[in-house]
Order: sequence, then structure tokens, then C-alpha cells
Amino acid sequence: MSEEGNVKKFMFVNRKAPYGTIYALESLEVVLITAAFDQDVSLAFLDDGVYQLKKGQQTKGIETKNFSPTYRALEGYDIEKLYVEKESLEARGLTEDDLLVDVTVLGRKEMGELMGQQDVVLSF
Amino acid sequence: MKFGIVVNEGPYQHQASDSAYLFCKAALEKGHQIFRVFFYHDGVNNASRLTEPPQDDRNIVARWSKLAEEHKIDLVVCVAAALRRGIKEENLAPGFRISGLGQLVEAGIQADRLVTFGD
Repeated sequence: MSEEGNVKKFMFVNRKAPYGTIYALESLEVVLITAAFDQDVSLAFLDDGVYQLKKGQQTKGIETKNFSPTYRALEGYDIEKLYVEKESLEARGLTEDDLLVDVTVLGRKEMGELMGQQDVVLSF
Repeated sequence: MKFGIVVNEGPYQHQASDSAYLFCKAALEKGHQIFRVFFYHDGVNNASRLTEPPQDDRNIVARWSKLAEEHKIDLVVCVAAALRRGIKEENLAPGFRISGLGQLVEAGIQADRLVTFGD
């Protein structure tokens, strides 16, 4: 699968809060599989999706699994392109320091341009 | 053109499956190819043969099965998402098969366009 012609640019767009719906968790499962196929993977976080990367998540009270440590493990799968939308962070009173991994913060326009460069965009 | 289709929502609750079906039909009529339809998240519920809608409503599950039979379309249900929701071989509608997420990635690689239907 790693032949030059078979590598596509996959972007996973995460727009939803980590808990409340299963989208974020099941999105991560696709991300890991896509990396195993040696594809060019990047992740974008916007809208409530920025909460997925928030430090200090505690899920005991809602009896669901805290899967946020997985984001820190992405580096081990050579997934290092994480983009967060600036406007979404600001609207929620968050800064880069509130996030549990290193990310690139992009403005809405730049994010749009980056999406335009992808071969496959999956939005969850 | 060769399309890959992703359905992320269950039948009846959400329009995603209806829209995906109508899209597939329109694409086939125009001479395009559907490489695969991949069902993920609650979309796996589209594959339950236990589904019984009222007589005067469309049968979403049977409609997919018929489309698969007539056009030899590959309908793939994600195994992890399916098991979570009680979809297994024993209650799978005709034309569907259960497989892994690799099938979704492959659809992304092989298809000219991957089109997602969901929220």
C-alpha cells in the first residue's frame, strides 16, 4: 500500500464534543487504521471538536471511557499533523496551553485552504 | 467516475441513508460506478434484517439490498461499530457484509471521490 501512487492525503475533521455522542471516539478508530495503511493523515479540530483535545478530562461521573490519552499516542503512529481552528478556540475561551498535545493553530481561512489540498476529507 | 460512499447515521432517525441511496441511484443512472458503500457509526443499523417499517413507508434496508443485488454493489458494515450495536452475521440483511475499517480506507484510496452522508 505504500507505493507512491497509492498514498492519498486524508484529513479527519472533528467537529463534535468528545462525549455525548460516539463520533469522536469512532473517528479516532478510523484515524489509526488509516495511518496503518501508510496514508498521509492529518486531523483538524473545529467547533466543539476542540474540546476533544482539552487537558484534564475526567469521565468517571458519566461512566464512559476517557479516551483522550489516545491523542497523545498518535505520535507513535506517525500522526503529527494536528490542526486546530483559532476562532473555535477563542469562542470557547481556550488557548493552545489548554490542549494536551502539540498542535498547529490556524485561522478559518487557512484551515479552509488546507482542506482544499486534501484528497479525502472525512468529517465526524 | 468511481464513487465511495460513507453512511454515518441510522435509518428513519436521519435522512443520511435516504440521501446516500438516492445519490447512488442517480450516480448509477448517469453511468458512474459505486466502488463501495461503507456503513459506520449508527449507519450500521441500515444492515439489520430485523427492521420492519410500517406498510406505507419505504423499506430502507430492503432498498439497499435490492440496489446491491441489481448493481452488484459492495455494502460493507464496520465490524467494531456493528458489534457495539448488536448487528451480527445472524441478523444481517441480504447484500451486506461485515468487515473492518480498512475497507473504508481502501474506498478512500480507490475511489475518485469519497462522499459522506451524515450529521
